[in-house]
Amino acid sequence: MAAADKVDPIHQFQIHPIIPLHIGGYDVSFTNSALFMVVTVLVASAFLYMSTASRALIPGRLQSVSEMAYEFVGNMLRDAAGKQGMQFFPLVFSLFMFVLAANLIGLFPYFFTVTSHLIVTFTLAILVIGTVIVYGFAKHGFGFLKLFVPHGVPGYLLPLVVAIEVISFVSRPVSLSVRLFANMLAGHITLKVFSGFVVSLSALGAVGIAGSILPLAMAVALTALELLVAFLQAYVFAVLTCMYLNDALHPSH
Amino acid sequence: MFVTSAFAQETAPAAAEGDTHAGTAVPAAEHEAFPPFDAKTFPSQILWLVITFGLFYLFLKRVVMPRLGGIIDVRNDRITQDLDHAARLKGEADAAVAAYEQELAEAKANANKIGQQASDAAKADAEGTRKKLEAELEKKLGEAEASIASIKAKAMKEVGTIAEDTTSAIVEALVGGKANKSEIAAAVKSASR
Repeated sequence: MAAADKVDPIHQFQIHPIIPLHIGGYDVSFTNSALFMVVTVLVASAFLYMSTASRALIPGRLQSVSEMAYEFVGNMLRDAAGKQGMQFFPLVFSLFMFVLAANLIGLFPYFFTVTSHLIVTFTLAILVIGTVIVYGFAKHGFGFLKLFVPHGVPGYLLPLVVAIEVISFVSRPVSLSVRLFANMLAGHITLKVFSGFVVSLSALGAVGIAGSILPLAMAVALTALELLVAFLQAYVFAVLTCMYLNDALHPSH
Repeated sequence: MFVTSAFAQETAPAAAEGDTHAGTAVPAAEHEAFPPFDAKTFPSQILWLVITFGLFYLFLKRVVMPRLGGIIDVRNDRITQDLDHAARLKGEADAAVAAYEQELAEAKANANKIGQQASDAAKADAEGTRKKLEAELEKKLGEAEASIASIKAKAMKEVGTIAEDTTSAIVEALVGGKANKSEIAAAVKSASR
């Protein structure tokens, strides 16, 4: 049963406190999740800081990577939200780098994946939508509500269209967070399941070892896929953030 | 938030089922909810996420992004500067070529002018010499003609005297006696007319 316990694909998502801490009746212990948040931030910060330390006119490899990420996110935001949108560049860039670093660090065996917890992705999504709402109302006042009233819709359809627009706006943080969370969760469960097959099968002797080649190949392929997904989901998160920020800047579409 | 708790309620039994399938000894009912939907961990995760992400945001905004932006700006400036420099050098080279060509044209024009002047001067010189020579020749011709005329007149005068002398001699021989000199002169004059 110990072997079966080891293969439990949910085990990797468990959170356990490292430094117990209780404030105002809430359990805010420093957990393995918090530890990997710190690791994510430190790794991403250190990479960006050290790779650009020489400020070389002709960039080396690592500086190129940093510059590429910077310009990639910058162009993404400029395309989606225009020049005005560049005031949100630090937000979008840090979101992209945080999610990307968290996804990539989570790929290492025995490492905790910060973005595989819905509350983390949901908090990030709420940060984005909160920025959109606060900035939208601060800049346009009640004109921001034009976001829910598209132009050129006949009057009798308006209540229906407005209702749909409101629902779609409200579901944005949910879709934004669930997409990232579900991708990371499902990917890591699948990886764990196939890796578990390798372990269970090789315990069965020679035939089992021969048979475990297939799930092993599958695990390798899935690791490559997960690497792609790690990039892709960070990109998708950043792109959608840019598009939502565009709504805050230009509510009447 | 209400969404997540709803999810949690839905999936908690599923997770518990999974646990029993896996045959874990932990009682499913205890608190082994599916970890991502375990609301007890939410305050801690939110707090630490806010702290870590907040610091990350500040670090990127204050340190990393100005630096990256600076590197890229410096590079773009440098490229623009180099392009400007190249354009300026090209302009200078073009100007040098133009100046050279102008000088060449000027030198050619000068050479032509000098040649023309020399040839004009030579022509004028030759013309002067010719005129002088012609004038001299003309003068000599005039002098010669005058001398011829004077010699002729002298000769003609002498012709009269000779005729008178001859006439007096003839008259003397024929008639024998001296003829009147003035008569002879009148006769010669009328005959020579």
